[in-house]
Amino acid sequence: MTMWKPSVLTKVLLGLAIFLSAFPLYWMLVIASRTNSDAVASPPRFLPGGNLGQNIIAVLEHPEAKFVAGLTNSFIVASVVTISVILISTLAGFAFANLNFRGRNALLLLVLLTMAVPLQQMGVVPLYRVMVSLDWTGTLKAVILPYLLNGFGVFLMTQYTRQSVPMELVEAARVDGASTLRIWWNIVLPAVRPGMAVLGINTFMLMWNDYMWPLIVLNQDNPTVQIAINSLNARYSTEYSLIFAGTALSIIPLIAVFVAFGRQIVGGLMEGAVKA
Amino acid sequence: MSIDTLPRATRSDNRRARPPGRRWRSRLDIKAMPYALVSPYFLLFAAFGLFPLAFTLYYSLYDYDLTGTTEWAGLGNYTALLGDDDFWRATVNTVAMFLIATVPQMLLALFLANALNKRMRFRLAIRMSVLLPLVTSVVAVAVVFTQLFARDWGLVNWLLGMFGVENTNWRAERVPSWIAIATMVDWRWTGYNAIIFLAGMQTIPRDLYEAASIDGASQRRQFWQITLPMLRPTMIFVVLNSTIGGLTLFSEPMTFYNGNPDGGSQGQFQTVAMFVYKEAFREFDYGYASAAAWLLFLLILIGAAINFLFVRRIGGTR
Repeated sequence: MTMWKPSVLTKVLLGLAIFLSAFPLYWMLVIASRTNSDAVASPPRFLPGGNLGQNIIAVLEHPEAKFVAGLTNSFIVASVVTISVILISTLAGFAFANLNFRGRNALLLLVLLTMAVPLQQMGVVPLYRVMVSLDWTGTLKAVILPYLLNGFGVFLMTQYTRQSVPMELVEAARVDGASTLRIWWNIVLPAVRPGMAVLGINTFMLMWNDYMWPLIVLNQDNPTVQIAINSLNARYSTEYSLIFAGTALSIIPLIAVFVAFGRQIVGGLMEGAVKA
Repeated sequence: MSIDTLPRATRSDNRRARPPGRRWRSRLDIKAMPYALVSPYFLLFAAFGLFPLAFTLYYSLYDYDLTGTTEWAGLGNYTALLGDDDFWRATVNTVAMFLIATVPQMLLALFLANALNKRMRFRLAIRMSVLLPLVTSVVAVAVVFTQLFARDWGLVNWLLGMFGVENTNWRAERVPSWIAIATMVDWRWTGYNAIIFLAGMQTIPRDLYEAASIDGASQRRQFWQITLPMLRPTMIFVVLNSTIGGLTLFSEPMTFYNGNPDGGSQGQFQTVAMFVYKEAFREFDYGYASAAAWLLFLLILIGAAINFLFVRRIGGTR
């Protein structure tokens, strides 16, 4: 079977794809580890310099960026949303996949429909005004609450549960006298753990990267990390080594998660795509 | 996980031995619990999905001004938007950037997926590296690309300069700014879409290819005649995703102008999402912004419908 062997052209194409994927990140490191004047030098400097530590300290201590608060807040927001979404989605996914109740199919269809509506962009104005009237602007709960709604999570966990928890097992447990919640805890959760991992990683990354809504409801005194970068970029747009050190800091947690769970992320994405 | 481990006799014994109060409770558990389990999602949906959507519609029918007074406007906001050159410019920008980004992205992702589908060493490492852009944060990446596209010292102009191309002012001119932003989008999403396509390709039965090679079909022909049509379901998913993402584009063009929703000095890369943001949170014209948000939704529906028809044609009718 010749067609499954890569040709030279294929190898070149892949090499190029890998290079292009990695280069902007490498470039981020180059500028983050150099001085400002190096960032605007011609011809460009292609090797990292020795100022990385210094630039990182500068951005962490920058009085207007509030970078430490930004990193902490992003971590809190992403963690709370991730855990809640996993909880809500596994519960609902279990009900949709393994339990019989009137209106099940109609409700599942409703979940699918909500996935297609870009609620974030559509509903910002009323959501913002609600947060103002509750006096919640500037607080993390204003960022967290709207994101607990995650149709994709419910859909994914429904598919996962359907596939990995046989109905017979649920019925057998019920005959043995196990309550619904006990079945969820003892049978469903252990079986859908890989799906929970995919959903968790996905949600965490999405929240860590979120920009528009925090930009609307938070202020610069209590930012998430993206808002901290945004304020630096808005006022010191030519302080390249400073901003690039900030951007490098902001993606370190994501890269760490990616390296640790790379296999699951790739596998989960591919599995999810086929199921959808 | 086998049910054979549970002896049947004990199961029915358990049922008979259950006291009446417990049976009543378990009936409630079976009847009501499913609703309790799905209720958190639907409560959240009511609060953060349905309510904002409905109120956006309500707001869009009123005039708001800075003093906080409101006045019934009927469809006035909508007719004003349709006559607003700024809104049309934002719409054209959004659609143009979407097309410039998506068409090459789909082709690249398809060919990349085809390449990733070959048998080779370091498969996981290669797949991870094309996914790398996805796990970086959007704002960080937009900051880096903005520097790469800088007029006087950016790497892109320096590289083009080696081929004798004059420095381009990527941010100041309309089409170049679209290209720069589309590049950011494609950098982020091409690898992801390739992985999704790859997943779809791996569900295609191999005997189809075997039969085709026996019939003497070339690899290229097999790609066009087997792979592409069989990928249609995956393609619908990918294209729909890109449509929603592309038409609500916000972070990249915002960061390209240092976090300003104007989208350049002439609004040359202001998207509809940025227009909504600017009207709502800088002009405080909530009614106008809400009407624009509904028109954006309409745009997405149109985009999704066109894409759906287009993708249906690709695979032929079967």
